[in-house]
Amino acid sequence: MNIPPTVDQAANAARFIADRAHEQYFDTLMWSLREARDRSASEVPEWEQLRDLASEIKEHTLSHLAEYLEQFEASAKRNGVTVHWAHDAYEHNQIVADILSRHGAKHLIKSKSMLTEECDLRRYLENRGVTVTETDLGERIQQLDDEPPAHIVGPAFQKRPQDVARVFAKAYGSDTNNSDPVYLAHEMRKHTRPLIEQADAGMTGANFAVAETGAVVTVTNEGNADLSGNVPKLRICSVGIEKIIPTNRDLAVFIRLLSRSAIGMPITQYTSHFRAPRQGGEMHIILVDNGRATRLGMEKFWPSLKCIRCGACMNTCPVYRRSGGLSYGSTYMGPIGIIMMPTFDIRRFSELPFSSTLNGSCSNVCPVKINIHEQIYAWRGVMDEKHQIKLAKKGAMVAAGEVLSHPDLYRIATSATETAFKLLPRFVIYNELNAWGKHREAPAPAKQTFHQWYKEHRLKA
Amino acid sequence: MGIREDIFDRVRRNQPAAITHPAVPDFTRLAKADLISTFAKSLEIMAGVLIDSPPGDFGTFLRRKFPKAKTICSAVPEYAGTSRPEDYPAWSDAAKIDVSIVRSPMGVAETGSVLLSEDDLRVNTIAFLAHDIVVLLDPEKIVENIHVAYQHPAFKERAYSVLMSGPSGSADIGGKEVHPAQGVMTLTVVLWPERADR
Repeated sequence: MNIPPTVDQAANAARFIADRAHEQYFDTLMWSLREARDRSASEVPEWEQLRDLASEIKEHTLSHLAEYLEQFEASAKRNGVTVHWAHDAYEHNQIVADILSRHGAKHLIKSKSMLTEECDLRRYLENRGVTVTETDLGERIQQLDDEPPAHIVGPAFQKRPQDVARVFAKAYGSDTNNSDPVYLAHEMRKHTRPLIEQADAGMTGANFAVAETGAVVTVTNEGNADLSGNVPKLRICSVGIEKIIPTNRDLAVFIRLLSRSAIGMPITQYTSHFRAPRQGGEMHIILVDNGRATRLGMEKFWPSLKCIRCGACMNTCPVYRRSGGLSYGSTYMGPIGIIMMPTFDIRRFSELPFSSTLNGSCSNVCPVKINIHEQIYAWRGVMDEKHQIKLAKKGAMVAAGEVLSHPDLYRIATSATETAFKLLPRFVIYNELNAWGKHREAPAPAKQTFHQWYKEHRLKA
Repeated sequence: MGIREDIFDRVRRNQPAAITHPAVPDFTRLAKADLISTFAKSLEIMAGVLIDSPPGDFGTFLRRKFPKAKTICSAVPEYAGTSRPEDYPAWSDAAKIDVSIVRSPMGVAETGSVLLSEDDLRVNTIAFLAHDIVVLLDPEKIVENIHVAYQHPAFKERAYSVLMSGPSGSADIGGKEVHPAQGVMTLTVVLWPERADR
């Protein structure tokens, strides 16, 4: 059996950081999204109330999930939709392949869906002779470059325009020296629109699935979900079971939060509601578990199911911004990926919870108030309990725990460190064991420790 | 046990203790007189264009605005155009349209969105595959925000409905929104009261 190795995010990040130009570009771009989010949120007086509502609606729904799944299924069936259920990625992919095969469909167009990424659907279908065309610009760039998404909102954010120009030049024969985004978007349109017009079937994911109406709701700026879901007569929607919300009244809260949190815009250009098949057409909805029902029963970790995939936690995270999305080696990346991925494979993603400063910024911007940084910390505990921590890391943590729990030992250690920094030669301080010193200078040693200063000044007084 | 039953069984066993469903307010605060100006500002943010009253001669307006357009598909009684949505029974053929003219039953001030459904489009793809779209909107039908918008019956009754808020765009390259993407290149909203006999 071929067991995938544990993802070493730190090593992957080190490779990304070594490429200074990409690192700075990505960091600047991500931070600009965070700033746009802040500006947009500040224009909505009820912003914090909306976050509270969003969190409560999601928690209510997840605590009544079976009931709402039943209601959604009944509504969808009433609308003339065929509803399928899948335990896992394999069953999901098989259902899609079967539907396509029954219709003799050989060319599928699809809009971006993290669930289909999770299921590795494209590879599954392509191995069975189905051509899959991603219609989202970022996702198409990644498809042409044979790379997974680096960000859940902008899959190709890690590429600079010059990189995209090179990918398009290779795939489409366009001008490799022209990296103007408008030119590149035109090239995409020129080459993808004919494929959309000729497709046999269309597929979308779901940002939300409304129980009272049976509608699948997608948000895009390109309108590519509308094209994928409307041009061919056969429409397939893949929906994670946690995407259910009760009513349209609830939906309004999330629509107001989603795009503002993601890119700082009041709404996406297209907020689309697919409730029933078009006349003479067919619509299938596949409700997918893939570990979600199990996560629902995890006392500390079920709130991660509230996620609406805005990416705000990623844009603000200092580790994600400086590591690149691909360094996580996972479908979901950044802070939300850290708390979701171990539920898929605890061994493979055992190192991810350590790729965080625990600064809490992710939780502060989360529109559905997931306690992300607390969950990251809790996952570290789980990794320890399950013996998933590397010996070197564990040894350092045990030593730190010992020192921090004994004040005298702590005082000796801090004082000794300051002295060591003053006396030891550079090669002893800056080596493989000092992760801090790999990319930066250690701070200048202080003349005395805080405790020594306090004893001298305050205790005397 | 079948797949469906097994998933339900696991969900029921694992659901956290019941949490209350909160009531969602409408958050309305604008005076009716401010709805149009707010709509105009929001539409501009979304890269749409607003024409605040019906042009005297709509044909001339269209020719000036879209000088290269040959095929104008009209889904409204106010203007004949050169084709109707029904002329595109194969929905992919709507790609031949230069400009689509449709009427929206609702605008949203907060976001500059217009609602469109199969009732208004008849062939849904005329809203995306056309090169440009012009949407007629009765200024009386602008609502304040998304909370009010979702009370429109279309969201419960129509097979397909979309809140369209500006032309198709993408920020996937370099993080700055550019047009075009896959859908319409421009969106123009014309404030045009609906005829009383409709």
